[in-house]
Amino acid sequence: MGKTLSEKILSQKSGTNARAGDIVIATVDWVFVQDTTGSLTIRQFRESKHTTVARPERTAIFIDHAVPSPNRQFSNDHNFLRQFARETGCLFFESGNGICHQLVAEKLASPGEIVVGADSHTVTAGGLGAFATGMGSSDVAVIFALGKTWFRVPETFKINLIGRFQKAVDAKDLILHLIGTIGADGATYKALEFGGDAVSRLTISQRLTVANMAVEAGAKVGLFPSDHITKRYLQEQGRGTNYIRLYPDEDASYEQTLAIDLAELEPMVAMPHSVDNVTPAHVLSGTKIDQVFIGTCTNGRLEDLAIAAKILKGKKCHPNTRLIVAPASRKVLLDALRVGYIEVLLSAGAIVVPPGCAACLGVHQGALGDNEVCLSTANRNFRGRMGNPQAFIYLASPATAAASAITGEITDPRRFLE
Amino acid sequence: MTSTILRGKAHKFGDGISTDLIIPGKYSHLRSNLSELAKHVMEDADPSFVSKVQLGDFLVAGKNFGLGSSREHAAVVIKMAGISAILAKSVARIFFRNAINQGLPILICNTDMINDGDELEIDLAAGTITDLSSGTRLTFGRIPDVMLNIMREGGLIPYINKYGDFKL
Repeated sequence: MGKTLSEKILSQKSGTNARAGDIVIATVDWVFVQDTTGSLTIRQFRESKHTTVARPERTAIFIDHAVPSPNRQFSNDHNFLRQFARETGCLFFESGNGICHQLVAEKLASPGEIVVGADSHTVTAGGLGAFATGMGSSDVAVIFALGKTWFRVPETFKINLIGRFQKAVDAKDLILHLIGTIGADGATYKALEFGGDAVSRLTISQRLTVANMAVEAGAKVGLFPSDHITKRYLQEQGRGTNYIRLYPDEDASYEQTLAIDLAELEPMVAMPHSVDNVTPAHVLSGTKIDQVFIGTCTNGRLEDLAIAAKILKGKKCHPNTRLIVAPASRKVLLDALRVGYIEVLLSAGAIVVPPGCAACLGVHQGALGDNEVCLSTANRNFRGRMGNPQAFIYLASPATAAASAITGEITDPRRFLE
Repeated sequence: MTSTILRGKAHKFGDGISTDLIIPGKYSHLRSNLSELAKHVMEDADPSFVSKVQLGDFLVAGKNFGLGSSREHAAVVIKMAGISAILAKSVARIFFRNAINQGLPILICNTDMINDGDELEIDLAAGTITDLSSGTRLTFGRIPDVMLNIMREGGLIPYINKYGDFKL
């Protein structure tokens, strides 16, 4: 019997013949924390008897969730992380470099590796073929100490992608459709593995968007095979030698197989207050929006800003709607500056904030007022997510977000791209 | 874990209680001040939760408890509130690991049978839950051995300090 992507990676990293349902101990290639989970991780690490980090060159600390620091408590936590990084020699990514998951994709993760982060959206690196998953601070502290952890080898849902996206339909619409279909707990403890001929037409940016939201269906990982597109992406990041070809065996065993024809998808929106509460964008036309947020580890990449700039070029945001744009990394911001997207967005009325998580988690840079409505390109719309339990969050693609910023209400972007 | 018999009152919640409802991201600046952070546990779901909970009580929920963020603080502040076990129909995977890693039992059972305010007695060793208010008796799903062993030591850090490594 052949193996799924998860079984292949966990077999290799545990030195066993790993099969779904097995519990294995596997080496972790990259482990990281960020500034909302890092301090507890370090305190847990210090409660352990271990005094040294097992592999500091493969352990990373990111300051991205609250940058620049909005208050003294965060400033003190940031200094605590800086001090730990200096003492241990861990990799350190200072404020302004960007969101941990984007930087993991740009600089660290490669196909076939295991990545564990103290952040649920660690799954993002599955777009590169890495077995990447989020854990809490105690688990990550032990990986700091031992360089390994235990995994239950997940059963896998195979998602076969066929066809081509229609104009103005994108990876975000695909993953919202999938989560709407299987539900917010539809893949709990499972791996999502993407395949089918359409995968070879998805860019790495698109794959990262899809993998990023695997956790919103409860999944442990969202895995893509690696191919020539992965290879080219790694080459562009100066890491071409890290490429390996990774693909599932033809006779691998899947718990479920689903097929999605990309051509049948339309722009989708997740309505408050759960990610699986999904409907086509046009159904919601007329829904007024106070704030549009384009950014995050889901949709803050160059391709996302490109589609937003294309729609907003020469146009203005609606007078009752604020537009906040947060590039996912410094590289994204620099590239977007060079090709003129930032100028287009600023001219349309956008507030461009520094690379980082920005408004996504409700600590700063766009927390919502009572009864306000936000259309966001992020991955979560839980009640209270953006700083206020009395606010309403809709999730959509950058194209839908940009079109809606112009009209001031939820808008199907297709008519802006004719 | 010293006792395998737990007794307390049920505080009932519905389906899909996210980590943003357990402890919102807007309080992230308090994450190095756990006693201050713990004052806000569950406040957006039930503002009176902290004042109602007595030491040893149970948090009872529906499907997909703890979905969302990896913040282990969610398990930490529930435990700090005095909760001795979580009962739910299903639990998101990161939260499941986090609760066990904090030595907080998390039991999968049909919580429809339990009403808010019911007095419960849980036998962790026998795997049974008795609702003393209604007389109903429930069983809960088996926790994998690796997690059971971590829970028995009071959490992952004490477990690693005792054994030095994972013992499967």
